[in-house]
Amino acid sequence: MSATPLKRTPLYAEHVAAGARMVPFGGWEMPVQYTGIVEEHRTTRTSVGLFDVSHMGEFEVEGAGAVAALQYLTTNDVAALQVGQIQYSVLCYDNGTIVDDLTVYRIADDRYMITVNAGNIDKDWAHVTKSTAHMKDARWRNASEGTGLVAVQGPKAEALVGRLADRDVTAIGYYRFERGNVGDVPTLISRTGYTGEDGFELYAPADGTAQLWKALLRAGRAEGAAPVGLGARDTLRLEMKYALYGNDIDETTNALEAGLGWVVKPAKGDFIGREALEKVRTAGVRRRLVGIEMVDKAVARHGYLVKKDGHDTGIVTSGSYGPSVDKYIGIAYVETRLAAVGTALEVEIRGQGKAAQVVRTPFYPSKVKKAS
Amino acid sequence: MANVPKDLKYTREHEWAKQEGDRVRVGITAYAQEQLGDVVFVELPKVGAKVTASKNFGVVESVKAVSDLFAPISGEVVEVNGELAQKPETVNQDPYGKGWMLVVKPSSKGEWDQLLTAQQYEELIAQGGH
Repeated sequence: MSATPLKRTPLYAEHVAAGARMVPFGGWEMPVQYTGIVEEHRTTRTSVGLFDVSHMGEFEVEGAGAVAALQYLTTNDVAALQVGQIQYSVLCYDNGTIVDDLTVYRIADDRYMITVNAGNIDKDWAHVTKSTAHMKDARWRNASEGTGLVAVQGPKAEALVGRLADRDVTAIGYYRFERGNVGDVPTLISRTGYTGEDGFELYAPADGTAQLWKALLRAGRAEGAAPVGLGARDTLRLEMKYALYGNDIDETTNALEAGLGWVVKPAKGDFIGREALEKVRTAGVRRRLVGIEMVDKAVARHGYLVKKDGHDTGIVTSGSYGPSVDKYIGIAYVETRLAAVGTALEVEIRGQGKAAQVVRTPFYPSKVKKAS
Repeated sequence: MANVPKDLKYTREHEWAKQEGDRVRVGITAYAQEQLGDVVFVELPKVGAKVTASKNFGVVESVKAVSDLFAPISGEVVEVNGELAQKPETVNQDPYGKGWMLVVKPSSKGEWDQLLTAQQYEELIAQGGH
């Protein structure tokens, strides 16, 4: 363990005052729960949950060469992005394995922001700046420290943000953003999230984030808005089979086997990892990331072995109880021949093979506002 | 401060034990369930199984974590709370009542006196539970 002190978000004092249980996460001291993970999960699915995700990192890249730099770094086609649009993407190493997953925002013609995972900020910063050092007219700025981020997620998120915003947020489509004030705090209002619910992620200056958080809580309290910790953030994303870096994807998994082929666009031109991923695509992936459901009563967890007829065939990367599906569910890499929905598998739990099967995902139907 | 009933004995691993005639009922404490958070799965031995004091007899799983359960005393399992398979959240709701886990017929007498008293257990959790 490193002796580096844990970092705190601009909302640390709010969490402590609310009685949150604080835990270390990716170098940060974060709220894992306030009242209880299952209750907070249900609040998000039925009303609206507020998430402090200020630990996430934000880098900006600006200049005539910004688009070329991002095209080279990321797997998705940045040229397809209009100003005001957002794209999910992946940073790969030369061998096609994953540095991080991220969202790319086109802020202006020659200006972009990328949002990266908290635990990867230093690694990603080194990767993007070194990998593009030879490229012209792309100036990088690490805005992570000065930026707070609050996710507002759930069926009542649009109404809540709408009441506090100085503009019509219903007009912001999925994976699009606008700038505007929310609770008198200047924000970037992004229609994105990590829960499968409709909602927004609000980027704010670090020194305005507490004001934004308090305004949202105050305005939403009557209809059940409540803070939600990382525990429920994890069960919510698990029910959607959204990958979590460090669990389901990392520097040992390639983007194609992880099911992220939909953001790998070799036709756009050269990018880091392209050649390796093209080889994998031609040869076919050896294993696939699938959703599993336990048939026997047992909880699959990260790191448990997956077997078929007693032989090792893969590994569980995420697993827990899914409160909205009321089942024990998981995400696992399995050999490609065993990846079809309905395939019977076993998960080794405390020395015993427990029955599981591959199921369709997401486990819980997505409510995001895709049509716009 | 979590509830610590005076008439029970306790382990350092946060199980409680209650004398009922010549048998002992076992569960986990209010403090333990608070620390675990939402209990979503409980795995218990079958009736007739032997348990050994301070040894693992099962697991309790919350959303985030797996925790071993430790027997307060040695003996034979004579009853198991089968309700917990369907309603593991009972452990959170009523840890000293409907959330009980086992009834054990002790095989030795001396072990009971080695368990923590309510006062000793209160001191343990006041120090953070370790």
